[in-house]
Amino acid sequence: MENTQHNDHNDDHIAVAHHPSYGVNILVWIGLISLTCITVSVAGINLGSLALSVALIIAIVKSLFVINFFMHLKFDNKALKIFLGICVITFVIILLLTFFDLTFRT
Amino acid sequence: MSNHIEHAEEIHEIHIHRDDFGSRMGLWLFLLTEILLFGGLFLLYAGYRYIYPDGFIAAATELDVLLGTINTIILLTSSLTVVLAIVALQKSNKKLSMFFLWITVACGLLFLVNKYFEWGAKFHHGIYPKGPALQNMSEGEVLYFGLYYVMTGLHGLHIVVGLAFIGFVMWQIHKDIITSTNFQKLENSGLYWHLVDIIWIFLFPLFYLIH
Repeated sequence: MENTQHNDHNDDHIAVAHHPSYGVNILVWIGLISLTCITVSVAGINLGSLALSVALIIAIVKSLFVINFFMHLKFDNKALKIFLGICVITFVIILLLTFFDLTFRT
Repeated sequence: MSNHIEHAEEIHEIHIHRDDFGSRMGLWLFLLTEILLFGGLFLLYAGYRYIYPDGFIAAATELDVLLGTINTIILLTSSLTVVLAIVALQKSNKKLSMFFLWITVACGLLFLVNKYFEWGAKFHHGIYPKGPALQNMSEGEVLYFGLYYVMTGLHGLHIVVGLAFIGFVMWQIHKDIITSTNFQKLENSGLYWHLVDIIWIFLFPLFYLIH
């Protein structure tokens, strides 16, 4: 039993997803809470036009932590990463096209 | 001949087909549709914020940053406890797993209670469709509150669904249907819960932290 589980980790096709230990997950959580505190305190400073970018970058970093560790995508099958990649790229393309319309509208 | 059939039946009994990866992939595909559902609303937000930057900033001052921060921490903690519940069950510690899931449920309910008070305070100030305060506001502010109610409302609905999903999973763990070797349903409920958490990670700075 121990042996087959060990082999699973080396397989390309992972049936049972590998989960990081208690400690790693708690560290990720501490990181997420710290980033929340940073984003709240940074919002208090007047950064002007940079404020939105900073807030979004922190939000993206936080969601990458959640996706890779809590949702263990980092250790999961490659197909799932491609799925998510296509989905995010599609959204970004639609967002860009919307803003082409908005910014060039007279 | 009869020997052959017996043999086939035996194989059928031993080989119970279970496709954990297929189950997980199915849930991920569903999550992608959820991303695009909220994506459409984020697109609306982006467009209207671009057109009415001042209205959005003025309206955002009505929101309680402290309450938003507390709710963010509550959701992040509930996400951690779901993962810890999976690790505990993998280590065959059913009791600890259930304990972590109870914390998750408590956090989810606490989030909803905070949302109730938050929305209640807005209603009290007359910010609701055709409310007295909303009718005196600029177009940008009205759009901001429209998006605020729709997006946080839809998100809150997802919290309710996530809680029901986790409750169902807890019942199955209790009945030993979900075990240390068969826990894909617990994982799927966790994946759904994390997605709801990620949506909040974006909602929080976009609605609460505009100055």
